[in-house]
Formats: sequence, C-alpha cells, structure tokens
Amino acid sequence: MATGTEPHLKSGQDSGGVRAATRAAISAAHLRTDRWWLAPAATAAGLFAFIVYSTWRAFANADYYAAPYVSPFYSPCLAENCEPMRSGPNWEIFGSWWGLSPALLILIFPLGFRLTCYYYRKAYYRGFWASPPACAVAEPHKKYSGETRFPLILQNIHRYFFYAAVPVAGILTYDTVLSFRDEHYEWGHMGLGTLVFLVNIVLIWAYTLSCHSCRHIVGGKLKHFSKHPVRYRMWQWVGKLNARHMLLAWASLVSVALADFYVYLIASGVFDDPRLF
Amino acid sequence: MSTTTPSSPGASGTSYDARFRVWRGDVKGGDLEDFTVEVNEGEVVLDIIHRLQATQTPDLAVRWNCKAGKCGSCSAEINGRPRLMCMTRMSVFDREDVITVTPLRAFPVVRDLVTDVGFNYTKAREVPAFVPPADLGPGEYRMQQADVDRSQEFRKCIECFLCQDTCHVVRDHEENKAAFAGPRFLMRVAELDMHPLDAAAESGLDRKQTAQDEHGLGYCNITKCCSEVCPEGIKITDNALIPLKERAVDRKYDPLVWLGNKIRRRGER
Repeated sequence: MATGTEPHLKSGQDSGGVRAATRAAISAAHLRTDRWWLAPAATAAGLFAFIVYSTWRAFANADYYAAPYVSPFYSPCLAENCEPMRSGPNWEIFGSWWGLSPALLILIFPLGFRLTCYYYRKAYYRGFWASPPACAVAEPHKKYSGETRFPLILQNIHRYFFYAAVPVAGILTYDTVLSFRDEHYEWGHMGLGTLVFLVNIVLIWAYTLSCHSCRHIVGGKLKHFSKHPVRYRMWQWVGKLNARHMLLAWASLVSVALADFYVYLIASGVFDDPRLF
Repeated sequence: MSTTTPSSPGASGTSYDARFRVWRGDVKGGDLEDFTVEVNEGEVVLDIIHRLQATQTPDLAVRWNCKAGKCGSCSAEINGRPRLMCMTRMSVFDREDVITVTPLRAFPVVRDLVTDVGFNYTKAREVPAFVPPADLGPGEYRMQQADVDRSQEFRKCIECFLCQDTCHVVRDHEENKAAFAGPRFLMRVAELDMHPLDAAAESGLDRKQTAQDEHGLGYCNITKCCSEVCPEGIKITDNALIPLKERAVDRKYDPLVWLGNKIRRRGER
C-alpha cells in the first residue's frame, strides 16, 4: 500500500539499510561490542544437531521398539512394516505399499508444528538465515519481504499443525501409560524408561499448550474477556505457559530426542532397562 | 577524529575518566569523534553527554527532556544497541570500555545525535483512530478491568521509537518504509482491535484485515528485537504482534473460522 512516506532513495541506488545516504555516515554494519553472535550460533548449533540426529533416526527404520517402550519418533506407527507392538499404537492405515520408514508418516506433523512455531521461527530466522542475526546487527540480504510471500506466507497455517500436534501428544501420553508394563506386558511395573517417558510427555504437553495459536484459540481472539470467564481463565493459564515457550521448546526438543535415544539403546541391546518395581 | 582532554581529571574512587566515541556530523557526512570525559558515581550516559556539551563540545546536538525514562526523547545507540541515554547507567560498563554513542541508524540524521523521526508520525496518522460506539455518549463508557488489561500494557509506550529503530524490516531495508508501519504502530492496531468499546467493525473497518493489507503485518518475522529494546518492558511481540497475526489468520487464512463466521452471520439474519 502506498502510504505517502517516501523512501529516501535516489533512483538506481541500493537501499543500503543503515548505510543509506540520509542516515548517519557510519561504515560499520553494527557497533555492538558484546558477544551478540553467541545466541544465534548456539541456536543454530543446537537445531543442527537435532536435525542430524532426528534424520538419522527417522530413516533408520530399526531399533525403535523394546517392550514396553516405543520411540516417540515412531508413534503412532501407521504402516504394515511396523514392528508389532502389543496394545501399542499400531494402525496399519498405510498398508503394505509403504516401504520407507514409518517414522516419516508421523513426523511430518510435529515437524510442521515446530517449523511454523513462533519461537522456532525467531530461532531459525536469526540462527540460519541471519534475518537479522541479532538486534541492530545489519542483515546480509539486499531484499526482504518477510512472511508476505510464498513460501513463508505458509507460516500462517501454524494453528493447523497445532490441531495435529494435540492428538499426537495424546498418543504419546498413551505410550507413556503403556510404559507402566514390564517387558512381558504385565501391568503395574515401572522402569527408568517410564521416568524418561513421563518427563518427556509432561514437556511435550507443556510445549504444545504454551503455543501462541493455542493461546489465541482458547481466549486470545475474544474482545470481551468479562463475558467468557472460563475462557479468560484458560487464556491466563496458557499465557503463563506461553511466557516460557522458548524454554519449553528447547526442553521438549531435548526430551523427545532423549526418549528416542533411550529406546534405541534398549532396543539395540546396549543395556537392559533398569526396573524400579 | 579528534582527541580532547577533559577539563578536570577524574578523581580516584567514585570518579574516573571514561573514553567516549560520539558520532558528529549531519546528512552531508560525519564521523565518530573521541573524547575523554569525567564520570561520577550514579551517572547515566545522558549525564556524560551533557558534560561533554558543558566542557568540550558546546554545539553537540542531542534531544532530551525528562531524564527519567518517560518522555522517550533521548533515544540513541550505545555500543551499537538502541537505548535511552537517560536510562543507561555508566555502572553497566567497565571503566576501561570505550563507549560509542551514535544517533538512531534507522532514521535520517539531522545533526549529531538528533534524527528525523517523522516516519513514525506519518505511520501514526495512518492508523484509524478509536471509533466510538454509536449507542454510548461521553461519560457513559463502562469497561471491565479484565477487558482493558491487554490494551493498558500497550499504553505504557513512551514513543521512544527504539522498537522502530531496531526493527530490521525498515532498519536494513529503506524501501520497506512505505509498506510497513513498524512494531509500535502494529501494536497500536492490536490495542484498538482488542479495545472492548472500539466500534470499527460496525463502521466497516476491519482492523484484522487492514493490519495485514495496509500496515504490513506480514513483513514482521517475529524475531523479537522490538521487545528486547523496549525500555518499558512491553511484550510487543508476544502480546501484540503475534496475537494480531493470529487475528489476521482468522480473517485471511483459516477456512474453518471463515466458514463459522459465514454460518453465524446467516443465523443472525
């Protein structure tokens, strides 16, 4: 939209950003003296490590089930080539034609949820795309259209991934309940893996419910909170979680990877699950 | 660059001599100039700039007013970070640090530390004002505290424009200034859209739609620099921009909400 605020550009001149002709003549892209690069570098390193690990595990198609534990990367298991899991989340929706790892069928939903998450967007825009690398540090791109065009306009479907993430978290809750069995499927037992699954599912739910779209859906969209006291309460509750969304995003990312790694270690015979009772 | 000695050497203990680099010049050009200046206990950067004016550079241009972090006048960039000079304590720096003070780098410079922030006033005028409800007269407005809590957070804004200065959408891309209102004024749109008595929708103005179409909400990639620099601690991104993005999604990208609204409107007929 034309706003009447004319950009201070001469014809044919590069926009220049902080080096534009009318701005204070300072050649440096930034004058920050603190370690501004540390946060985006650590973020990029953390996300890259998770991408490498999860890619390996998602394509491995092995060592994802050790009774009574199923890896969260493979739950629910929707293809015929899944390992049999007694009372487990096996639904052969995709039949026998699916020959790839069954993890790929389900991971698209949590992946989409995290990829379009408002926190992760900040993290990878800064960490991977340097847009911007840090506050008041000039970005290297000549043009910027933000989330106004394809493909980044698709970030607007975040709420649909939230809708998908809720049943996925529900199924992981079911897996956690199943982990109160022993390796012979007898109920009333608990191992170290049960604790790992419990911590993971608490963090997964906390991250899912702290989502900005969830906050909007439960009450943020209202104009009059006073007319909807229950939704107002829910909005306040989600708001408290939402204030820790970044922390929960990282904690749940680490916990889901650890839960998968724990199952991998048990399934590949590195050690036996220590039983508590 | 010039190097000037202070008029009075800093005493040991609570006073010391600090090294400052201050940008001096105008739209035709300028540079960082070096100064050594006395600092006393409890002082802020604006005090040091004033001491420079009083002792070494009487013609140094600087905009300031309340010295209490409430007028938003003394915005500048200190060691590359957008901050209020009056709220930046000298005690946060090491005595050996060289402290660099420049004008805001997103706006045209006028002289020394003073910039032309007219862009922000233009953008302010583009946001349609509060629309009074047709059935209420002056003095008849009644609102529940729960309904105005959200908007009141945004009313803490002191118009320092540090968020506008640090936002990379316009800081690094002059050409986006035409299309993008900036975080401060998108927050204003959010404030009005959340206002319990704003009757814009009844008058045909859909603020959710115009946030995206006319104020450039889609340019924001929620990297939160506006929230980081806000001296009032307003959660601009979490409480204004993201909720506004979600409201725009309701209007433009969510077929279920669209269908629900259609059915509801048909039921009201």
